[in-house]
Amino acid sequence: MDPGKRPQTDVGFFKELEAWPQERIRGLIRKATSQDVTRAFERERCSPEDLAALLSPPAASRLEEMARLAQALTRRHFGRTMGLYVPLYLSNVCTADCTYCGYAARSGSRGARRTLTRAEIRAECEVLAGHGFQSVLLLCGDAPKTAPVNYLAEAVALARRYFVSVSVEVYALDEADYRRLVALGLEGVTLYMETYHRETYSQVHLRGKKRDFAYRLGAIERAGRAGARRLSIGALLGLADWRLDGFWTALHARYLQKECWQSAIAVSFPRLRNVPRRHALRHPLSDRELVQLMLALRLFLPEVGFNLSTRERPSLRDRLIPLGVTMMSAGSSTRPGGYAHYGEETLAQFEIEDRRSPAEVAQAIRRAGYDPVWKDFDRAFDEAPT
Amino acid sequence: MIKDPLIIAGRSFRSRLMVGTGKFPSAEALRAALQSSRAEIVTVALRRVDLSQPQVDSILSVLNPAEHLILPNTSGARTADEAVRLARMARAMGLIPWVKLELTPEPKYLLPDPVETLKAAEMLIKEGFVVLPYIQADPVLAKRLEEIGTATVMPLGAPIGSNRGVRTRDMIRIIIEQSKVPVVVDAGLGAPSHAAEAMELGADAVLVNTALADAQDHAAMAKAFALAVEAGRMAYRSGLGQMRETAAASSPLTGFLE
Repeated sequence: MDPGKRPQTDVGFFKELEAWPQERIRGLIRKATSQDVTRAFERERCSPEDLAALLSPPAASRLEEMARLAQALTRRHFGRTMGLYVPLYLSNVCTADCTYCGYAARSGSRGARRTLTRAEIRAECEVLAGHGFQSVLLLCGDAPKTAPVNYLAEAVALARRYFVSVSVEVYALDEADYRRLVALGLEGVTLYMETYHRETYSQVHLRGKKRDFAYRLGAIERAGRAGARRLSIGALLGLADWRLDGFWTALHARYLQKECWQSAIAVSFPRLRNVPRRHALRHPLSDRELVQLMLALRLFLPEVGFNLSTRERPSLRDRLIPLGVTMMSAGSSTRPGGYAHYGEETLAQFEIEDRRSPAEVAQAIRRAGYDPVWKDFDRAFDEAPT
Repeated sequence: MIKDPLIIAGRSFRSRLMVGTGKFPSAEALRAALQSSRAEIVTVALRRVDLSQPQVDSILSVLNPAEHLILPNTSGARTADEAVRLARMARAMGLIPWVKLELTPEPKYLLPDPVETLKAAEMLIKEGFVVLPYIQADPVLAKRLEEIGTATVMPLGAPIGSNRGVRTRDMIRIIIEQSKVPVVVDAGLGAPSHAAEAMELGADAVLVNTALADAQDHAAMAKAFALAVEAGRMAYRSGLGQMRETAAASSPLTGFLE
């Protein structure tokens, strides 16, 4: 851990996480019965015990009932609307070494490493704004030297000229750094814990500051305290037992609702699919399990947004629209410069499954009976105080 | 001449049903609901609509300025400053200088912040806006807002989108009793019977959104609400307001005088 930094292990969600070791959760899941599932269905507010029942095998045979409840809860809070956003990769340079990631230094993946210049960022923004996007997510690898906070600040300020809503998904920052980005108009911060399972976490994260579990775990609440309005979390599904990571993710979301009460909380469901050869996917997740996870979390977290990326194939994405998803990306590229400049020679983080254009995705959303929403924020929110 | 008009800031309205435009599955669904609701005051979230391209926006493209008073709202604003900026921006873009003040700093229940609401209302009224504030069912706050010159007060029946009905009934009753400006029960009305209940209590109008957006048949549900609002109003005007909760058939205390 960085000396001079406040220890992160006795504060925040870390402390709460310690009260939920895997044995305790596994025990609850193991003894859950179909009656417990019924009770969870009937609750106005689900408890953590109810959540365990919803994630348990007895709930797996009741997905249709769960789906109906999840759909009603989602519609009540979010209506029949679907937010649209697009990722913009700033850099694929990375000093961390995460075994599952295509950007990792030792992943064996080929392809050029690039960090976009200001002109390149502008060109990417122009292409994406031209598709109608008003909400963008800026991403980079774990490379605080190549893409330092100054660089991120410039990118946020640039992107703000093209989009009403700008979010980042970058390496974990200090609160002051988040505050600086928020002052420039940053609306949201996405930061996946990857896995809340500590042993797995240290097995798959081999290098760099990212090895500090507590610092990463505390990042999203630092962003919330710094004033970010949207906070998105998630676990990479496939790294550890999805029931455990799902449970911890849900607790984290509920914790954030209390701790960062002015921020909208969202959960993403990134399922690992194509991983570098050196990483053996130990806990692959079936479609059915992914659906059970999403439904269980919806019942536990009725007001939380659910994000779904183009990691999933079109046929599944379309089916998931009415099951609780509230935000979707579309027309994505995971290589820096992938929209305006660079092709296959540039290293991508992972392969996209849904290659439809933004307009085609919007059409699919309408076909499912939902209104695609491009704009859900306004510049007037964060201009300098009057 | 409209019989029994709703008068807000000097303007008369036939309909006592206001409609929100969020959460609808499509422009067609919204259009169907608006038409059969016969609502005249229709509110739009400024964060959601694109005032620079009204003809392609799935909400603005449905609204007809000749038929609807388009009431911009500041939903999503967390502070008075944000709400004021939004309202100014809407006016600059050519909307009428009316604003439904929604200061909802927490995204979970979307409950209104009374401190920021009062502050924003003061600032906007000074700038000449007609202000319709969304508030907790707090009778004292309602009076404070009325004193600084808001055009209405809009207490909530229950949290937005909850469909729970007039859960704040006792406080709404006090607000109605005390208020000199129209009282619009806003939020939480999930069924036509809830709307009728609010109108029977003496509310001047109600605002409905989620219940219409979430219906299977948007037009039919909108019509059901419109009828319920009329029925509730008619019942209130017919003397329902004077009814006591417990009937007093005999006079046990003063019977000796007869």
